[in-house]
Amino acid sequence: MSAIQPPAETVWWKQPLDRVEGAWISIALLWSLIMFIMMPLWHVYGKQNLSNEAYRTTPQAFLAKTQAMVDAYTVRTETETRLPVVHPPPGSDVYLLGRLWQWWPLLELERGQTYRLHISSMDWQHGFSLQPVNINTQILPGYEMVLTITPDTGDEQTVICNEYCGLGHHNMTGKIYITEGAP
Amino acid sequence: MSNELFRTCPESGLQFHKPAEQLMRINAVLAVVILLVGGVTALLVTLTRWPAVHLLPADRFYQMLTLHGVNMLIFWMITFEMAVLYFCSSTLLRCRLATPKIAWLGFLLMLAGIIINNMAVLNGDASVMMTSYVPMPANPNFYLGLILFAVGALLGCFVFLGTLVIAREEKTYEGSIPLVTFGALTACIIAVFTIASGAIILIPTYLWSLGYINNIDAAMYRLVWWALGHSSQQINVAAHVSVWYAIAAIVFGARPLSEKVSRTAFFLYIAFLQLASAHHLLVDPGLSSEWKIFNTSYAMYLAVLASMIHGLTVPGSIEVAQRAKGFTNGLFQWLRKAPWGNPVFSGMFISLIGFGFIGGISGVVMGTEQINIIIHNTIYVPGHFHATVVIGSTLAFMSLTYFLIPVLFRRQVMLPWLAKWQPYLFGLGMMVFTLALMGAGTLGVARRHWDMVFTDAVIGFEYPASAYTFMGIAGIAGVAAILGGAIYILVTVLSVFFGKPVGSESTYGFTTSTLTKAEPVVVPEGGHAAVGKCGFAAPGTFLLAIFFLVVFVLYYAVNWKYLASVWPMS
Repeated sequence: MSAIQPPAETVWWKQPLDRVEGAWISIALLWSLIMFIMMPLWHVYGKQNLSNEAYRTTPQAFLAKTQAMVDAYTVRTETETRLPVVHPPPGSDVYLLGRLWQWWPLLELERGQTYRLHISSMDWQHGFSLQPVNINTQILPGYEMVLTITPDTGDEQTVICNEYCGLGHHNMTGKIYITEGAP
Repeated sequence: MSNELFRTCPESGLQFHKPAEQLMRINAVLAVVILLVGGVTALLVTLTRWPAVHLLPADRFYQMLTLHGVNMLIFWMITFEMAVLYFCSSTLLRCRLATPKIAWLGFLLMLAGIIINNMAVLNGDASVMMTSYVPMPANPNFYLGLILFAVGALLGCFVFLGTLVIAREEKTYEGSIPLVTFGALTACIIAVFTIASGAIILIPTYLWSLGYINNIDAAMYRLVWWALGHSSQQINVAAHVSVWYAIAAIVFGARPLSEKVSRTAFFLYIAFLQLASAHHLLVDPGLSSEWKIFNTSYAMYLAVLASMIHGLTVPGSIEVAQRAKGFTNGLFQWLRKAPWGNPVFSGMFISLIGFGFIGGISGVVMGTEQINIIIHNTIYVPGHFHATVVIGSTLAFMSLTYFLIPVLFRRQVMLPWLAKWQPYLFGLGMMVFTLALMGAGTLGVARRHWDMVFTDAVIGFEYPASAYTFMGIAGIAGVAAILGGAIYILVTVLSVFFGKPVGSESTYGFTTSTLTKAEPVVVPEGGHAAVGKCGFAAPGTFLLAIFFLVVFVLYYAVNWKYLASVWPMS
């Protein structure tokens, strides 16, 4: 009987497997398990893993922490709107906030140094997308995500927003400069 | 039940219950109308993201993209699936449809929901994308429309389940339900889960938009919403795999290689597909890696295994049927001699190849916990799901339509020469489109983004030139595919409303083969293996499957390599 008719043999579950099916199921199952193992393995041996460190926060609290960092470590301003460029000490906690429609402030990090980058949203959901290195995460209001990053390539990375956040979404950008650091 | 309410299609031998037939027709017609709205918006969106054209202003673009998303991913699919559910229960089981009045109520609720939702978006204050992520607010009617539609679809699911119960009670079939009905049952069970998840998140969100609830947590919204958003696409998978089996049976008289394997594979969908919510949360704050790994792998990729099984057994059953008919030369004569001029078959086969090679592989790769870091929310993601939902589901449903026009609507297919080319234009156009989007996404191009040039941004950014090339190719191929979609709508509407009635004596052009009642293939003594080579019943299909695996492994490895080149993170 064909697939649009009831099975000819009422006890169809006792039909033996065809060799072609048995062979393929074994191969496909093996591949599935390999793919499954790859993820924990990369946590052990790979270098690109999210820490999944996150905290509940509020826009006010996160803005206050970001403002404190900006006040302490701003080295210059850029563009007509005088956006601060912040050069925090290597190894420190760095704050970046997303809001309609900018990533604030601009950051200057030293190559090869490790930073704890805290990111949160002041309003709606945003997508932290660092280009061209191509690192993408989801940023939610009320949640503070911590990425421990070690910038090692590029001189200048642009943060764009890749989660739709209203009419100015495509103008929402920011910057992370990579410098050679103190000699 | 009076026999007057039943008619038997003289060509296909299928038996239709009049109330069920009317419901199938009205749902299919509504689905095609929605597809038209989705198609017009598709054209506008494609022409805007094609950098050389950049048609719409920003606000219109986001509005049209929202309209395109909800109409295609939710309304078109589920409305057509209602027709499929009624076909797989009432028609395939030769049974009266349970409670046709409730099915009509469901249909009216769905229609009302679609209109209310679409009006809200057209009104201009609900351009929030299909996902409507909180706390970005939309006009309350946006959520209300979705809720009404979901309630209507849920009624349709219950009518389907009720019909299965009646068929069993009234003994309209012997033994077990057909495999295709089993697949539809899988789709129905996933649909009930999906709709329940939608209710759990959309009802509070509706109340929030009206001011009765203060706050909806953004992370919770995403977790529960995606149990609607992703699982609703799993309804499509279960439904289009059922359609593949049905078309193999209709065109070739193919019988499943083994009922046990195919049914177990469907069961794996029920058991694991709903974990897919995790695919959208892999780079979200607040979830552990253990949770992400278990869920994104659908519990060790058992649901992926299920799709890989169907990917073998559907063409495998066709190969066995063809070999039994005498196409036994070499490994691929069965495939070469397949009816490539019949859109019922060609559409189904392109759907299978596109879904597996492009949609399936890209989905597993980007759904890997760490690899998602280089893909999340880039235009790679629409590249992936246009391969699964458009090439996979939509093209499968289009193929089925060419069978339903004569059988269900009793009309001859008009413009058959155009219909013959339609799956190729649509399917191949979509393949190029999806691959180009995936190329652009690999270069970091954002999805849901009006301006890849960043003209008005305070801080500018320039993508590499190749990203523009990919988006240009996507524009051209996208327009070609939309033309293919337009042909489908043209042929369907002309045939249904102006086509010549099908009479027993008519000649049908290419549709003859689809209408001929394909007799189930008789398996020779000694089982399937007697028709194949080296003890393999379907050696050609097996070789294709191995080729698929090689592509899969290579592409998977390349993406790990790419990931290793980005900044170290922990």
